[in-house]
Amino acid sequence: MEPLYTGSYHVAKDDYTSAGHASADIKRQLKQIGVSGDVLRRVAVASYEVELNLVIHSLGGDLTLNVYPGLVELISSDIGPGIPDLKMAMKEGYSTASEMARSLGFGAGMGLPNMKRNADDFDIKSTVGVGTTITMGFHLA
Amino acid sequence: MVTVLNAKVLIGADKLDTPVYTACCSDLMSDVLAFVDEKTVLITGLTNPHVVRTSEMLDLKCLVFARGKIPTDDILESADEQGLVVLATKLTAFSACGVLYQMGLRGVPVPTQWDQEDKK
Ligand SMILES: Nc1ncnc2c1ncn2[C@@H]1O[C@H](COP(=O)(O)OP(=O)(O)O)[C@@H](O)[C@H]1O
Ligand SMILES: [Mg+2]
Repeated sequence: MEPLYTGSYHVAKDDYTSAGHASADIKRQLKQIGVSGDVLRRVAVASYEVELNLVIHSLGGDLTLNVYPGLVELISSDIGPGIPDLKMAMKEGYSTASEMARSLGFGAGMGLPNMKRNADDFDIKSTVGVGTTITMGFHLA
Repeated sequence: MVTVLNAKVLIGADKLDTPVYTACCSDLMSDVLAFVDEKTVLITGLTNPHVVRTSEMLDLKCLVFARGKIPTDDILESADEQGLVVLATKLTAFSACGVLYQMGLRGVPVPTQWDQEDKK
């Protein structure tokens, strides 16, 4: 099915200055479409976490927003390095973040669990040396 | 709140009557993103742009910077665009929390991994 709205953002590795801009724009677009309240906040939180992960952990990637009737979909897709142990990565508190990321208030190891908690559907696929794709769905009431 | 914290109002002097119901003190933005909702005041010692961006994602209304730290003008500007109230206090984060607690503010309920383990 064709989405009603779609937007795509490139997120560069280590670009701490712009980190968060894609999510701020996603939030703005959704608000304009009429998404509000609890769902909007859940999308915003998950989007911010996944965007920060692209900056902190990936070699670069894309964040895509698709809006369908009754559904908001967020897809993060990067070009590596991939996650060797997904079960470990999903644990609260597990983090391999750099000092730089930590000094900015990230690297608490809460990002992936936060995404899972906030999204209605959460799927993560990762291959070392290839990349990580995270797909999240949020149901509109 | 301004009085008990002996705070400087950096942004939002016209919005000081915005109610907050709970408080959270953290320098870990992921923890904030996990547990906080828009009725919460965030007390933090971090003054980087991500504090304000995190607040934007959560629709927070009020930020308190502790230990006399003041963020740069561009950070304050984006806080202003969002309609945030931003305070700065000379108190440490611990003491700021103390006086706010005494004033009746309470923390946000936080689920932890322990809760699940306790159930097992
Ligand atoms: N896009 C990604 N590419 C590679 N590794 C990732 C990616 N996202 C997350 N990770 C790994 O999973 C761990 C946990 O992620 P997360 O829960 O967001 O915590 P944090 O970002 O605070 O480290 C990260 O420390 C990192 O090792
Ligand atoms: Mg993260």
